Amino acid sequence: MANSTLTKKRSTAYGSTVALKSAMAVSGVVLVLYLIAHMYGNLKVFAGQEAFDGYAEGLRDLGYPLLPHEGFLWIVRVVLLASILIHIYSAAVLTIRARKARGHRYAVTKRVQRSYASYTMRWGGVLIALFVVFHILHLTTNTIAPGGKSDSAYERLVNGFQPEYWYVTLFYVASVIAVGFHLRHGIWSGMATLGLNKAPRQGKINGVAVAIALIVTVGFLLPPMAVTFGLVS
Amino acid sequence: MNITLRVWRQKGRDDKGRMASYELTDVSPDMSFLEMLDVLNEKLTLENEDPVAFDHDCREGICGACGVVIDGEAHGPETTTTCQLHMRSFNDGDTITVEPWRATAFPVVKDLVVDRGSFDRIIQAGGYISAPTGTAPDAHANPIPKPDADRAFDAATCIGCGACVAACPNASGMLFTAAKVTHLGMLPQGQPERDARVVKMINQHDEEDFGGCTNIGECAAVCPKGIPLDTISQLNRDLLGSLGRGNG
Repeated sequence: MANSTLTKKRSTAYGSTVALKSAMAVSGVVLVLYLIAHMYGNLKVFAGQEAFDGYAEGLRDLGYPLLPHEGFLWIVRVVLLASILIHIYSAAVLTIRARKARGHRYAVTKRVQRSYASYTMRWGGVLIALFVVFHILHLTTNTIAPGGKSDSAYERLVNGFQPEYWYVTLFYVASVIAVGFHLRHGIWSGMATLGLNKAPRQGKINGVAVAIALIVTVGFLLPPMAVTFGLVS
Repeated sequence: MNITLRVWRQKGRDDKGRMASYELTDVSPDMSFLEMLDVLNEKLTLENEDPVAFDHDCREGICGACGVVIDGEAHGPETTTTCQLHMRSFNDGDTITVEPWRATAFPVVKDLVVDRGSFDRIIQAGGYISAPTGTAPDAHANPIPKPDADRAFDAATCIGCGACVAACPNASGMLFTAAKVTHLGMLPQGQPERDARVVKMINQHDEEDFGGCTNIGECAAVCPKGIPLDTISQLNRDLLGSLGRGNG
């Protein structure tokens, strides 16, 4: 609520909205880099079962003997989990703040220039979070196995996206598109939050955001589409 | 022109408020939006009704006193202040919805008038320099690169109208705060307190219950003074720098 005098509740800015946004931006950068690496791995599916499963097995022994078997993988998992938790926590706190900041809503609202991507960040994020849970149960732990369980990552992929499981593919496609929109505004916004969006650079940052969003979306859509349409079996 | 106005009426801070409809006939397209409201108020006064309260002062777009949300857009369909908006921007027979700035940090005082004291308190927290007063220094005493001087001046044109907060989906006051931080941060006189300033101003901003910025850019799009969106990026960089140097 507005005060009549200057109050001094907080003297450091570590808990400020800007600090929270920065935590969201940094964790977002980690997640984007992971997505690009993950997409690269997925595209190995076009090199055949041996290459794909070999790559998956290779990841388990990356850094061996310096790291134990699956050591690298577990480091990545811990970093990712921490990033996701920080990302969701700061998003939740900032969303609650924003709701509170506009206690009374407008009777008429109009979008002046903001993009579709920018106003679907929150619900898009919720969809992505749900998808990630499903995705791990489906293709990592194989707890949910629409086309039958398998020890081969390649077979899990091929079994999961057969035409008769179109609803799995549909959910996957919708989620990947949501990721694309999330990246399109997220990369731009994250760079602004980290203080990089000087006016002369804005065009480039916007271009990079659109390019990464498109590449990641297409890169993730190709393997399941190829399976559904029988190009990979 | 004949128009129908839907105006937010609220008797006082504690009143719940409601939308009221008024018909206005013979509105000249050359009237400013505020003159049109004056005509409405004359009519209401003659009918023994309470006139619609709205803020205004200079009526030439330089003071920042006026400002209402018109059909969902802060200051209406043109990128200018409400006083510089003319009825020719609307069509005969239009229904125009007029609402006050909506933000928890800007409580409604009456009808379309909001209390923007939260902006004053952000300035009070750090939007100043503690330079000793005295005679004006020599014009060449502090060399300032032209682009820096221009950027400081562009940021300093902020009139504090609050349209940025009104247009922001998060009701964030970040563009206003960023304009002040940029204006002082670009100049040599602003350097000694640069780190402390951004921390104090952001803390006051948050404490006033403004929301956080999501870099959507609605603020800069409606700003009558064209404050650039990248001032927010500069503010973020200043704050992170301040935290990094242990001054946060």
